[in-house]
Amino acid sequence: MSEARDAIFTRVRGGIPRSDDAAARRAVAERLAGHTRGLQPQRIAIDQEALVDLFAENAQAVDATVSFINSAGDLPDAIADYLRSRNMPAQAAIAPHPDLDGIDWSASTMEVHRRAPKADDRIGINRCFAAVAETGTLVMASGPDSPATMNFLPETHIAVVAASEIIGSYEDMWDRLRSANRGSGEALPRTVNMITGTSRTGDIEQTLQTGVHGPKALHIVVVKEG
Amino acid sequence: MTEPSSTSPRVALLVTCLVDLVRPSVGFAAVKLLEDAGCVVEVPLQSCCGQPAYNSGERDKAQLVARTMLDAFEGYDHVVVPSGSCAGMVIKHYPDLFEGTPDEARAIDLASRTFELTRYLVEQCGVTDIAAGLDSTITYHDSCSCLREAGTREQPRQLLGSVDGLDLTEARDREVCCGFGGTFAAKYPAISTAMATDKADRMEETGAKIAVAADMGCLLNIAGILRRRGSKMQVRHVAEILAGDTGTSAIGEGEE
Amino acid sequence: MTVHHLTSRNFKEKSTAALEDAVLQGNLLKLKDNFLARRTKAKESLPEFDDLRDAAVVIKKHTIAHLDLYLEAFEASVNASGGHVHWARDDTEARAIVLNICKQENAKTVTKGKTMVGEEIAINPFLEAHGMTPIETDLGEYIIQLAKEPPSHIIAPAIHKNRQQVADLFNEHHPHLEPRDADDVDGMLADARIVLREQFLKADVGITGANFLIAETGQTVIVTNEGNGDLTQLLPRVHIALAGIEKVVPTLEDTMTIMRVLARSATGQEMSSYTTFSAGGRRKGDLDGPEAFHVVLLDNGRSKLLGSPTEDILRCIRCGCCLNACPVYGKIGGHAYGSTYSGPVGAVLTPSLAGLSEAHHLPNASSLCGRCEEVCPMRIPIPKMLRHFREEEVASGMAPASARRGIALWAWFASRPGLYRTMTSLTTGVLSLFGRKRGRFSSLPMAGAWTATRDLASPQGKSFQSQWARRSKS
Repeated sequence: MSEARDAIFTRVRGGIPRSDDAAARRAVAERLAGHTRGLQPQRIAIDQEALVDLFAENAQAVDATVSFINSAGDLPDAIADYLRSRNMPAQAAIAPHPDLDGIDWSASTMEVHRRAPKADDRIGINRCFAAVAETGTLVMASGPDSPATMNFLPETHIAVVAASEIIGSYEDMWDRLRSANRGSGEALPRTVNMITGTSRTGDIEQTLQTGVHGPKALHIVVVKEG
Repeated sequence: MTEPSSTSPRVALLVTCLVDLVRPSVGFAAVKLLEDAGCVVEVPLQSCCGQPAYNSGERDKAQLVARTMLDAFEGYDHVVVPSGSCAGMVIKHYPDLFEGTPDEARAIDLASRTFELTRYLVEQCGVTDIAAGLDSTITYHDSCSCLREAGTREQPRQLLGSVDGLDLTEARDREVCCGFGGTFAAKYPAISTAMATDKADRMEETGAKIAVAADMGCLLNIAGILRRRGSKMQVRHVAEILAGDTGTSAIGEGEE
Repeated sequence: MTVHHLTSRNFKEKSTAALEDAVLQGNLLKLKDNFLARRTKAKESLPEFDDLRDAAVVIKKHTIAHLDLYLEAFEASVNASGGHVHWARDDTEARAIVLNICKQENAKTVTKGKTMVGEEIAINPFLEAHGMTPIETDLGEYIIQLAKEPPSHIIAPAIHKNRQQVADLFNEHHPHLEPRDADDVDGMLADARIVLREQFLKADVGITGANFLIAETGQTVIVTNEGNGDLTQLLPRVHIALAGIEKVVPTLEDTMTIMRVLARSATGQEMSSYTTFSAGGRRKGDLDGPEAFHVVLLDNGRSKLLGSPTEDILRCIRCGCCLNACPVYGKIGGHAYGSTYSGPVGAVLTPSLAGLSEAHHLPNASSLCGRCEEVCPMRIPIPKMLRHFREEEVASGMAPASARRGIALWAWFASRPGLYRTMTSLTTGVLSLFGRKRGRFSSLPMAGAWTATRDLASPQGKSFQSQWARRSKS
């Protein structure tokens, strides 16, 4: 292939003592196919209801706000309320996700624009793939109905997740994502964003400040049904 | 006071260069503490654990010197050291120093029966109460080697806590290196002095009268700063405090 | 490794200057109370922390032992997802690859997420020399780009700057914005957001690093708090990820094991705000994302560490915790090391990659306190490696002759205990005659380095051993 590539591989192989090349290859193939997970923290060895509570607690600990609604139909009012409480306009860019399409926004005061976000969008709404209770982390999977920039461009990010999508550990999430995507023929989505709290920095005198480049506020709406 | 029995372990004192050369009173204090705990203490002819050579990359010379210690301490059940640094050298580094040599087994064996002094008193001799009394306030510096090589942190505090009249105030950053590091202090004196100055500041700000530690290297370093700046704070080895030897001039202080 | 921007030879002068820099000293003080204290808290909140470290070590050891095979697997996975893998033997090749990609895009503006490999290959001045404008988007990196300085810490590049210095830089370089007061940190952040948002949007190429390269999936992973890495890799037409060959990890599961100790060790957070896994370019129907994705894999001396006494440094996940724990780094800061990587990891990596003659000060400027090894999430035995370099110095004749003579003299006596006892007692006896009254020396021949700043306690009198011998006789 390339001279550089060959040279690097020669050097690498030269530095590794190996008696049985076939065994080494088998070991690598097994590990890659096996997906063996490592130690799982005790904190997630709890039932689903407790996981949902743990998720909310952990998300709030990293400055996300969390609200619970009963069904997807309640979403427009819930978001309008949230924005009103923040003195923000009731308009948002919204990801073209079928779950969000199916909601009737017209009854509420919300004005939604179904597209990828623009740089000056103040609010963006999208749909999570899952959420990990272990650390209060949202998992977003990119796709035609889920532009990844929705997680970063708007000033306020509103993420919608079903309570049943809240999982214990990251490894549980990857298993779920692998099986979900195999259905679409691709190995995994192009971009998987794991989001834990808001954009922050400690770069000026190590004081933690929020909202540097990514969203200043993260609001998570958990839908209890479906 | 515990009386030794015929089944008592044979205990040898590894004096350490700095105690041997600069402050023998610490060695005698260590012997007293061990004898009070019921040990029969011997001090075989010895020189140095070899750490200065080892840390300077002079492996051959380190082995040469350390081998004399393997010889000197053969046959003893326990080897007790009034220093975390020298104890750590034997416990943690002798096996590495002699790896692949004919002395490897002996090195591992010696490492397994070597202890820092306060750890030995508490864990092997079961000492819980120190006879001495001292009406004073102290603060205690944890040497890097005590913490990370000789498994010593709570034991000196337990013993000091049992000294009547003695009050211990913990210093901030007490687990941060004082900047001695043996050859480091000579090779990079500016950095070493800055670290030592910070350590002296942290100890002085506790308001304690005496700065205490288990390592002469650290103590010489801390005393070096305190005496130079004319501080009133005294510097003593933990063995001296526990043995009730506060008659001896403190480190860096003389007869005047 | 090219050494044109390596100034580790000047370590002594630079570290002395650092000690006298009051602003730097003030800034460094905060490291202990912030990153390190939070790391301790994070460790205490996760009972499995130490077990996870052990597990992470096992994963990395296995990976390094099969590095060629995992690199092959990673390359195949990247290709399968539509990305391109490039191989660079050294920094020169890496720069050429990046330039070539940028030229093909007619790139003018190149945004950069934080990448230590980018620093290592000095990509910014190279792109500038070819008429392009690289813009650092990590706030700390942006600050030092304005100051024309290298990073001084692996994860907080501008840790040596205080708010006044940042305000001065912003006021100088943002003439179109309102001048900021040093206390208006919120204002400075708002300005950075505005200025850099504009650059994100007009960038032709975005360059990031990669915390992990996942062999199973061909994904590169970036771990950030600001979101700048994501905007750097999502918005431009082309995304280039730079990474050392040692960053490869077998599976997603293996990645998460290591991830659990990464952020906790770096800043004390359980997870950083944004942990992003990406593979390849835009897919059919995607509304955003780069069209093309390139990974540049850099050797630059890493392969020669395999099978060497410093092989374990290849486990480093660049968390920076050793810097936060190191008392020497804490006194002198990162610039004194004169190399891309500073602190304990730099003291091993720099001589490993650039050679000991360039960097001999670094492994020597350590008291071997062991705190680095104690906190390292990957349990890298740094003090042992520092000692290895000291041995190499002796073996290669680089060690200073005076020091060797001192040790040789000491060893000659110490290997003869009887003679040692006699000679040492004689010496201490004599010294105590001079020192006994005051108890200390303010100056002493041969101890000038010490007595310049510290008193030296006088020996009490005859040595312990000679007194003991006399006692035993009586």
